[in-house]
Amino acid sequence: MWEYTDKVREHFLNPRNVGEVENPDGVAEVGSIACGDALKLTFALDENQRIKDIKFKTFGCASAIASSSALTEMVKGMTLEEAQKVTNQDIAAYLGGLPQEKMHCSVMGKEALEKAIENCLGVTETSADETAGHIICECFGVTDQDIERAIQENRLSTVEEITNYTKAGGGCGSCREAIRGIIDKIQFEMTPQTAAKAKLSNIQKIKMIEETLEREIRPSLKLDGGDIELIDVDGNRVMVATRGTCATCKAADITLKHFVEKRLRDLVSPDLVVEEVTQ
Amino acid sequence: MKVVYLDNNATTQVAPEVLEAILPYFHDFYGNPSSMHAFGGQIGAHIRTAREQVASLLGAHPDEIIFTSCGTESDNAAIRSALYADPEKRHIVTSRVEHPAVRALCAQLSGQGYRITELAVDKDGRLDMEQYEQSLTPDTVLASLMWANNETGVIFPVEKAAAIAREKGILFHTDAVQAAGKIPIDMGKNTIDMLSISGHKLHAPKGIAALYVRKGTKFSPVMVGGHQERGRRGGTENTPSIIGLGKACELARQNLSQENTQVKKLRDRLETALLNAIPKSRINGDTEHRLPNTTNISFEFVEGEGILLMLDLYGICASSGSACTSGSLQPSHVLRAMGVPFTMAHGSIRFSLSIYNTDEDVDMVIEKLPPIIERLRSMSPYWTGDK
Repeated sequence: MWEYTDKVREHFLNPRNVGEVENPDGVAEVGSIACGDALKLTFALDENQRIKDIKFKTFGCASAIASSSALTEMVKGMTLEEAQKVTNQDIAAYLGGLPQEKMHCSVMGKEALEKAIENCLGVTETSADETAGHIICECFGVTDQDIERAIQENRLSTVEEITNYTKAGGGCGSCREAIRGIIDKIQFEMTPQTAAKAKLSNIQKIKMIEETLEREIRPSLKLDGGDIELIDVDGNRVMVATRGTCATCKAADITLKHFVEKRLRDLVSPDLVVEEVTQ
Repeated sequence: MKVVYLDNNATTQVAPEVLEAILPYFHDFYGNPSSMHAFGGQIGAHIRTAREQVASLLGAHPDEIIFTSCGTESDNAAIRSALYADPEKRHIVTSRVEHPAVRALCAQLSGQGYRITELAVDKDGRLDMEQYEQSLTPDTVLASLMWANNETGVIFPVEKAAAIAREKGILFHTDAVQAAGKIPIDMGKNTIDMLSISGHKLHAPKGIAALYVRKGTKFSPVMVGGHQERGRRGGTENTPSIIGLGKACELARQNLSQENTQVKKLRDRLETALLNAIPKSRINGDTEHRLPNTTNISFEFVEGEGILLMLDLYGICASSGSACTSGSLQPSHVLRAMGVPFTMAHGSIRFSLSIYNTDEDVDMVIEKLPPIIERLRSMSPYWTGDK
């Protein structure tokens, strides 16, 4: 059973703004019944070009309905510029968080909002389609652009995360290699800018190392039942302790050098050296 | 809040008589049957009784029963043993609607040089027996087909399938986890070589199951250790649970006729009332060859998870084949194999009853479910009214 927050349950059981706005200024339909969730969003603007009325119809699980309901509450009263800045993370946060596997529900909400705004602004379907990229995941019709965006906006680093956020790779699984390739490409592209900020203060450096471990490294290790903990940072020496299966794994040294150290060098500073402390 | 438990294909309550039978084995009879002293040694006789009770439900000889820890272990032990017995042959026949205990193992074996034929089913979940027969080749080492499907309750003609396999000298295994205790099984009247059952599906505790291995069938243990189970499954006997499984099988044998009268009557009443009250709903699976306790109904244009969460508010427990509840992003492999359209598959709900269900339970669902479906449909962009 999913662990939904009270807010998700509340929005699912008492959804706000269900239905369709008559004579809408913006309309969007995203998802499909084959994919298991779909959302139709309609809104109308007031004289000040703010969203006056917004309604949804959603086919999908509890978190899809709750995300739709939350989205409509959040953007009511906003200008289109303000509404465009709402991210899927904002929707999830409004609901007190969503299970990782259900993050795609918030992404669907964001996508519908974006398309409805485009529709309102007169961006035609065809011109939008020309820039929509090409399909990577055939099962769920997810494009490379969708994936790239999910990576950048949500700082994703594993194929599993991509599946949770976009559904890509969650069907037959034959596109998982391609997804891995996109992750590597984006991370490579993002690396120079990060590494350019090489002149870090010690506190900045420690903070970045901590963040990188948390975001990029620990989730991957945990998949194999392992874990890692930051013990100390002394100059460029990063001292860590391994936990779980890593602590007893013969390949742990290789993991430390080839994965942990490489990631930290790529994302924080090229001079870092990872050392394991035994306690 | 009273729990209305209609998810008995997932697991069942332990029968009060079973619980009562088990308890002394935690304090009065906790000895190890392998011990030399009488305190431990006496347990052996009690386990023997339990083995007879299990054998009796299946129409088998007690020596043909091996106690295991779960249905998955029984399935794994049967399949691996068959492969071990005849390592030259590299082909396995199974179906697309098997339980993961068989399906995932076969998927793993296909990566290890085995060729797997997954037989298709028709829109009602039935096998094509001609296709089955044609799939058996001189290289086939084993056919493994479930007796009854956990999601739809559809019953496969496994006895016929076993006879065909026997003619060709191919071992036959069946996962009878859902069938045992619900429909008659008589191993004296068929040629099935191995059969898996699980305790917690028939009112015994979780963590106990059995594998039937026909006398004369070569068996190689997966769990290697002590001499327990006559060397066919090492590990100290789980005495309380074995006693529980024995008692549960005895009760199941006594209650078998009620499954086809009392339970079936409740199921049919529930099914008919829901189909009548809710437009655009339909049953998934062959209604002619089906377990008496199971119904799998699809409600078009709504999603199963929402239905379950709303039923949960009234204490009603059921299951769904929707993607959102499976955690896999795709609807159930059983419904997909049957070609159930997506509009239907996502909104499928399984109700599975037991002898402990009452008319009040069924009335509760008949009262609560139609407005839930109506409510979710009013939110669905695909719903255009019951035209």
